Amino acid sequence: MTSLHSPRRLAVVAGLAVALTVAVTGCGSDEPGGDGGYDIAFLPKNLGNPYFEASDAAAKEAVEGFGGSFKEVGPPEATTDGQVTYINTLTQQSVGAIVLSANDPSALCDALGEAREAGIKVITFDSDVDVDCRDAYVSASSPELIAQKQIDLIAEQIGGSGEIAVLSATANATNQNSWIAEMETYLASDYPDVELVEVVYGDDDDQTSYDKTEALLSSYPDLAGIVSPTTVGIAAAARYLSTSEFKGEVALTGLGTPNDMREYITNGTVTAFALWNPEDLGVLASYTAKAMLDGDITGTEGDTFSAEGLSSGVTEFTVGPDGVITLGEPFVFDADNIDEFNF
Amino acid sequence: MTTTAEPVSTTPVARPFGERLRSILLGRDAVIIVLVVLVWIVGASTVDNFSKPNTVYYLLLDVLPILLIALPMTMVVVSGEIDLSVASMLGLSSVLVGVLFQHGWPIWLAALMALGAGVLGGALNGFLVTTVGLPSLAVTVGTMALFRGIAVGLLGTEAVTGFPSEYKDLASDRLFGPGTAIPGFLLVFIVLATVFGVLLHFTAFGRAVYAAGLNAETSRFSGINVPAIKFWLFIGTGVVSALAGVYWTLRYDSARGDNAAGFELAVVAAVLVGGVSIFGGRGAIPGVIAGALLIGEARSLLRLADVSADAINIAIGVLLIASVIFPRVLSGLKGHLTRRRTSGSFTPLER
Repeated sequence: MTSLHSPRRLAVVAGLAVALTVAVTGCGSDEPGGDGGYDIAFLPKNLGNPYFEASDAAAKEAVEGFGGSFKEVGPPEATTDGQVTYINTLTQQSVGAIVLSANDPSALCDALGEAREAGIKVITFDSDVDVDCRDAYVSASSPELIAQKQIDLIAEQIGGSGEIAVLSATANATNQNSWIAEMETYLASDYPDVELVEVVYGDDDDQTSYDKTEALLSSYPDLAGIVSPTTVGIAAAARYLSTSEFKGEVALTGLGTPNDMREYITNGTVTAFALWNPEDLGVLASYTAKAMLDGDITGTEGDTFSAEGLSSGVTEFTVGPDGVITLGEPFVFDADNIDEFNF
Repeated sequence: MTTTAEPVSTTPVARPFGERLRSILLGRDAVIIVLVVLVWIVGASTVDNFSKPNTVYYLLLDVLPILLIALPMTMVVVSGEIDLSVASMLGLSSVLVGVLFQHGWPIWLAALMALGAGVLGGALNGFLVTTVGLPSLAVTVGTMALFRGIAVGLLGTEAVTGFPSEYKDLASDRLFGPGTAIPGFLLVFIVLATVFGVLLHFTAFGRAVYAAGLNAETSRFSGINVPAIKFWLFIGTGVVSALAGVYWTLRYDSARGDNAAGFELAVVAAVLVGGVSIFGGRGAIPGVIAGALLIGEARSLLRLADVSADAINIAIGVLLIASVIFPRVLSGLKGHLTRRRTSGSFTPLER
């Protein structure tokens, strides 16, 4: 029975295979193809994330600007195994450089090691892996610069003197604590008239952050400003302030995203806040890859290279300790520029 | 002295070895195997880098967890049930290995514990389906949430990494040295595939699994202990999923609660593309292996051709639907033709 109809069945399935073939080759042919130049692949934590869409779009422009071929690949969800699969694929494709934002600092190391053995340059940006696993890391900023920028902003907004408080994320968040420590140092040395009265923790939870803001304002009637170095905290605090009697009276700044904060900038609750500019980060990472492919830098401390098209106008960069390249001080968003950003 | 007639068995009668082998290798399974080869040839000739040993190596590493779980899943589906908790069990096993390793346990002991959890989880599924008598779809949707919940609860959003490299190498070392295509862990799969293949296709237990899937009621009357069989099948999916979890943890050097989230669908897809009937009673191990390889191969090929992840999922979805529809259309067509022929009014198809 089966053998009688097998040939016909085979024919039908062969037809399916041909259809699949056409689909595959059709898709394959629109690949730009690395023609010996700069073949640079960006691998964000996941696709469809507005932050990475912003940096990768800017990177595409930069890479194509210096004559390279750019592509962006990545998993739909921010998972380690998804990134490993794509690192493997890029290794098979023998791209020139992989520029990635890591979902895990150590779990990607084996896959990145195989990529580097195959001669691929590995550059991390935004989120690093262990130092041994990549050639260079493009860091958005440094703890000092992040802390100082926020203190400069709040001091300016409260007129150089008064009480301020910090609304942080969780009490044991390493980066938050290092920023707060830097803030205290900077306040002591540069703003003796500004007093940090309390650090409260909103646990990066919207409701907790909202409640802590309310509590701060009732405990310190003379409070002049709040600094919230977390995107969840600053948005919750802004939401509280915008509907309270303190709107426009108590200043608020910190680290936020333009999409979260647009409403509060527009209605005057917040005048300015900071964050690194993801577009600049993408551009600098692209030029880092170029410099590495050109052999201008290897990732050792003291190497220098140049980049173009950054919003700060800086063009010369030096590799720091552990192969870290720092973009610079955080970017300030205010009513004049916020509409240029979507992330 | 009365002689009672032998109960008429609906169990497929044991046929000669050669004939059974032929019926497995011809027919639908052969079609899928041919497809695997065809896609391979097409990929090798049209997409850069596809034919390199490294591609085969990564392809096999990626597809191994699907291949592993698809073996017991084939038996579960053939028996007329389904187990959707496999990916959550994989995640739970991964978290257990991670947490125990964090507490200073040696990996082999942590892995044994994870396999034990697989047995327990499978027994829970089996108990609820066979003893309590609940539908396996409902039960395993429930345990899917339960196992995943425990996994995420144990580890939160943290990840455990930094497993010792001698164990990581077990999961990802190449069998024949640097640059070659075959991962050593494939041997584990080959052993399991042999065990499950023999069990399903060449033993009385296997024939009983088919019988249970074709008609549970008649099987019971012909003396087959359907609940006992199904109970063991769920233990099979549980423990092999846990094994896949150990592999996943070591291969990706990462124990996380959300490891392999949504992966159960990839396994079910491989089983269905491999020619197993979702209604039970039909399907074979060689076809399922080819089904898993076909999906893995298509994914690898499309990724290398720079097709986005979303588009790849669409392609795999279409492949799955096509694989379910084709046999039905064909058998419909066949029936149509036969009827026409017997009534003596055969006309060509194109009219």
